[in-house]
Amino acid sequence: MREISVRWPARQAPDLEIGRKQSLAPTVKRSGLVTALLVGPAVTMFFFLLILPLVVVLIYSFGERADAGGYAPAFTFENYLNLGARGKAFFNTLTLAPLATFVTILFAYPMAYFLAVKCSPKWRTMLLVLVIVPFWTSQLLRYYAWMLILGSKGVPAYLAMLAIEGVRIINTPFSVLIGAVYGFLPLMVLPIYVSLERLDKGLIEAAEDLGATPVRSFLQVTLPLSLPGIATGSMLTFILLMGEFILPAFLGGGKVFFIGNALVDLFLQSRNWPFGAAVAMALVIIMFVTVFAYMRFVLRKSGVRNVAMV
Amino acid sequence: MIMRAYAAFIYAFLYFPIAIIVIYSFNVGRYAMDWQGFSLQWYGTAWNNPFVMDALKNSLITAGSTAILSIIVGTAAALGMERVKSAVLRQSFDALVYIAIIVPGIVIGISTLIAAVTVFDLINPFLASLFGGNAPPKLRLGLWTVIASHVLFNLAVVVLVVRARLASLDKNLLEAAQDLYATPFGVFRQVLLPLLLPSIVAGGLMAFTFSLEDYIVTSFVAGPYSTLPIYVFASIRRGVTPEINAIGTVILVASFTLLIMAQWLMRREE
Repeated sequence: MREISVRWPARQAPDLEIGRKQSLAPTVKRSGLVTALLVGPAVTMFFFLLILPLVVVLIYSFGERADAGGYAPAFTFENYLNLGARGKAFFNTLTLAPLATFVTILFAYPMAYFLAVKCSPKWRTMLLVLVIVPFWTSQLLRYYAWMLILGSKGVPAYLAMLAIEGVRIINTPFSVLIGAVYGFLPLMVLPIYVSLERLDKGLIEAAEDLGATPVRSFLQVTLPLSLPGIATGSMLTFILLMGEFILPAFLGGGKVFFIGNALVDLFLQSRNWPFGAAVAMALVIIMFVTVFAYMRFVLRKSGVRNVAMV
Repeated sequence: MIMRAYAAFIYAFLYFPIAIIVIYSFNVGRYAMDWQGFSLQWYGTAWNNPFVMDALKNSLITAGSTAILSIIVGTAAALGMERVKSAVLRQSFDALVYIAIIVPGIVIGISTLIAAVTVFDLINPFLASLFGGNAPPKLRLGLWTVIASHVLFNLAVVVLVVRARLASLDKNLLEAAQDLYATPFGVFRQVLLPLLLPSIVAGGLMAFTFSLEDYIVTSFVAGPYSTLPIYVFASIRRGVTPEINAIGTVILVASFTLLIMAQWLMRREE
């Protein structure tokens, strides 16, 4: 990095001359050096702050716990064989994350359909922004609000006024599910909206001209064509839910915990870093498998390369 | 009609919790969900709380530095990748960007923590022997580790936003400028930069917001350093007063403003 930046000024002048003459191929390689300078800092950061640390985590996952906590060098599969000790966290994550993703699709689809097809174009942009904005605002505060709403002074207290006593919502899988649907609804609506908006309306008219009922034209034309949007939304929701920590911490209250909560415990409280590293690796592997499966699905479905993920 | 009612229900669902936070920030009583009357006292309490103000200052420094660094490094990388022809190199870079986005925040926090601690353990004895004395300089977790981890994931976001804009750009404008004998830097400054500016600013605003609101990555790499989300999380755990709602309302208003600005900038360019 530093080496390159020292050498650069000396070679700059000739580069400029070449640049001028290349009017037919303008943005093409003026010099590899300028390119290296532009991309270098980002690649350096990715390497030292992402790839190298992930390799260190991988190495740690084969190590042993030092007596005082932390890491002691070793080569053992003990940590991986022991993953079952946190089986509950894996079980909760791997059941609630797919379930919440599915429920989110059910709630998001009609909303996306409304925005893309039914609402007037004049309001569309504003209504869409209104759906997205909550997603970008503090997760901490939004789940805190649900803690209040579902907590003993919230909904259960109002139900008690209606003589429905003894309802407990907070710290159950149900409250985590509500939180997940709330948190990820915007992320699901957006890609479904995009796929519905791109849809050629002529196809639906054609189906109806040929005598299809609205239900049939929806099931056989609209729904299949919006599948890529559903897939994108599901993948984003699923991978973010898998790594969730605040949601189960606030709405699961130590009773319904995810892999993320196990990781915080292992690294910051019980300080069993090698075991934590193995749990983290397992989480990363599950995520990459999900993304890979998604990519294969989308590529096969639409034949489009370079699928936008964000 | 049914569709409209459903949409109204969804908006109510999305904004009800946010409204709860704002409403109870004006509560007189000290317990959440127990309305006692209107007051602004909790805003005063938060304002006069040195821990809150310190955390706020740290958050703004972190988010500001993260946004600026992410913009510079991310935009440079996006521009640089346009010049790379080799498919292998392009795909490798894309892979890095997607890994940075797919790997969950919690794992980024963990890996940065482990890497930082490992590096510090190597360097600190060296610094101690180099400087000697009672208090040799020592690397520890804090502002710089937080900024490094935040830049990492926001950098990827900026790269994606700027590259999306670059892909839709009319390349003829650049060729025209070059035909008119603009230097490469001139093309960048007078043509490319103005065209990219909205997406750069939007990417920067997103980076600022993400950094400002991040709890999980920060909690791993902050050491004793406190940011606003760290303070808010700890207070919610301790049992809350409407002070949290007051802080929350301020955060919500700030992030709404930033996000709507970012949205507006991104849409204006379309």
